[in-house]
Amino acid sequence: MDLNFTEAEEAFRAEAREWLEANVPKGLPSGDTREGFALHVEWEKKLFDARWAVVSWPEEYGGRGASLWEWLIFEEEYYRAGGPQRVTQNGIFLLAPTIFEFGTEEQKARFLPAMAAADDLWCQGWSEPDAGSDLAGIKSRAVRDDERGGWVITGQKTWTTRGAFCNWLFGLFRTDPEAARHSGMTYLLVPLESEGVTVRGVERLDGDEGFAEVFFDDVFVPDDLVLGGVNQGWSVAMATTSSERGLTLRSPGRFCAAADRLVDLWKRRAALAADGDLSAVAAGDPALRDAVAQSWMEAEAYRLATLADVTGIVEGRPQGPRSSLTKIFWSELDVRLHETALRLLGPTAELVDDAPGAVDGGAWMKGYEFSLSGPIYAGTNEIQRNVVAERVLGLPRK
Amino acid sequence: MRFAFTEDQLLFKDTVADLLAKECPPEAVRAVWADGTGRRPELWAALAEMGVVGLTTPEAHGGLGMDELDLLPLLTEAGRAAFPGPLLETTAVVAPLLAESAPAEVAERWLPGIASGEVIATVQLAGQPFVVDADVAGVLVAQRDDRLYAVPGDVLRLTPQQSVDGARRLFSVDFDEADAELVASGDAGWQAANRAFDRGAVAAAAVLVGLAEQMIAMTVDYVKERQQFGVPIGSFQAVKHHLADAELKVSFARPVVWNAGYTLARGRDDVARDVSMAKCFASDAAELVARKALQCHGAIGYTTEHDLHFWLKRTWALSAAWGDAAWHRRRVAHVLLDD
Repeated sequence: MDLNFTEAEEAFRAEAREWLEANVPKGLPSGDTREGFALHVEWEKKLFDARWAVVSWPEEYGGRGASLWEWLIFEEEYYRAGGPQRVTQNGIFLLAPTIFEFGTEEQKARFLPAMAAADDLWCQGWSEPDAGSDLAGIKSRAVRDDERGGWVITGQKTWTTRGAFCNWLFGLFRTDPEAARHSGMTYLLVPLESEGVTVRGVERLDGDEGFAEVFFDDVFVPDDLVLGGVNQGWSVAMATTSSERGLTLRSPGRFCAAADRLVDLWKRRAALAADGDLSAVAAGDPALRDAVAQSWMEAEAYRLATLADVTGIVEGRPQGPRSSLTKIFWSELDVRLHETALRLLGPTAELVDDAPGAVDGGAWMKGYEFSLSGPIYAGTNEIQRNVVAERVLGLPRK
Repeated sequence: MRFAFTEDQLLFKDTVADLLAKECPPEAVRAVWADGTGRRPELWAALAEMGVVGLTTPEAHGGLGMDELDLLPLLTEAGRAAFPGPLLETTAVVAPLLAESAPAEVAERWLPGIASGEVIATVQLAGQPFVVDADVAGVLVAQRDDRLYAVPGDVLRLTPQQSVDGARRLFSVDFDEADAELVASGDAGWQAANRAFDRGAVAAAAVLVGLAEQMIAMTVDYVKERQQFGVPIGSFQAVKHHLADAELKVSFARPVVWNAGYTLARGRDDVARDVSMAKCFASDAAELVARKALQCHGAIGYTTEHDLHFWLKRTWALSAAWGDAAWHRRRVAHVLLDD
């Protein structure tokens, strides 16, 4: 056991820290609004130009060929410096690993650098009105068009994050309606500018237009936009969803930074309690103090578990279905952490959008609303618990 | 960066696991409950023979001279087997304490016997009202204010205290300081006692992880076999989610416990924080697992005819011993929040 990084890794950290401290934008509006999104895309381009957008990718696609350890270090520094959430994440963290695994050389060259540079902006097309947790229940169809050499899709996708601002969608479409539920689906890459696509923004819980419904009305998709083979979509998609559950999407850096901000909020508590404040803070509640410590410890436990997981991956012991444990843990710790922050803020917790009395611009309520999506997206935590029980512990499916 | 045990450490762990599976099955634990002495001397001898009991005793005194990190996986195996015996007190706490802090002649008097398995050692630090296995101990290391003493077992005055865990023999202990040898006093005494407490807390956390892992394994086996409504109860989602929650808690306690062992073994800063995180997470995890295990076993788990209660009761005892989750959480809060 050795919990030290090498000199080279520490040098990488220093370089990342220096650049991030000088360049991370402060006070960007939410990336899930139209105006905010454009500013976030600018930030992404800046990251790409300095080759910090996708550090773990090969250099030919815009990365630095960084190791998994260096990627973790970068993430830690990114969130420590106050870096915003990545609006390119659906592309660079979810689609890209799938393209690396299943894509043709042409697809890699065409899509990877463009998504890293934030020229192509990707959204996911999984859920449909009647297929959420039951992903294999999707009905959107793609019908063969031999004449044009491609597929014609009809149907609807929904809860598509940032769908109203993106120009590409990846998702599953049913290509063989006769096949069994998990067969007969194909993973397609769909330009949202195509004729027949209609995108309607949907306001989320937090008031941002972060969701969209996407309607497909005889949309033609050529053969070179099939990822990983016709009717192979389920196994290709499973590779993507396991990235989403595992550590590629949610590095510990984000939670450790939030936990440190919570500790800082606790230390500022006396200054925050206004006259007549009836909150737990004002009452000096020791249970609240315990909750702050507990949240910090949970973020630290997630960091330590990640170090163990990455050691395993580097040494050829992949996470497998244990990635579902990871997803449950980070999503639920994120909710508890923000709940604790709101209790600390007492009557000011409800103030948002830079209200004059808001603490930290109302970021904690915004963060709380966002955290509440964690146990729902990427496969609800109920589904994840089933996966843990069946595939980690070996309990019978039926 | 490498956050995993070495191949040698894992091999030693497997060897100990094999021995315990053979020599310490649940029937052996049951026999200890019924036995007046609460001991299995041949099992202790076998572990000593293998080097486990003397693992932390310096080589000069006949031990293996290894550290907390080498010991943690073995303590987890001891927990998995609900091993009855003061391995935590003797090997995790007293041996390193005497080796580090005792005058040479005191260390020489006790350590060779500890390493060979002939001398059982137990401990009582400030804030610990009861002593494990004081009736069979050759030596007790006891704290009185800033003074740490090595007390020969034959001068102890003992009052038995019945533990809910029948394999865990507890005593109130009294002795005359004139009958004891001073190990350390003053600042050195406090430092040695604090270090001993941290070692005991992490060791208890490692045992709790093993107890919890075994309770999950037993429960998984049971719910796959037990049929109701014509199907195994393990196919019901409510049962699955109990067990998933149990696995979740243990999975995120485990690396925290390893990290604390590393911090102790490598002399890193943040000892108080890392140690207390470990005991807090391990106590919370094992307590939750115990509840889930009993609930999923149903009425059969509520009998003493079934073996589950050995693990439940050890969990209840150890989750509170060496500081409970709430105490350790407050200690972390103090480190983090008080400037």
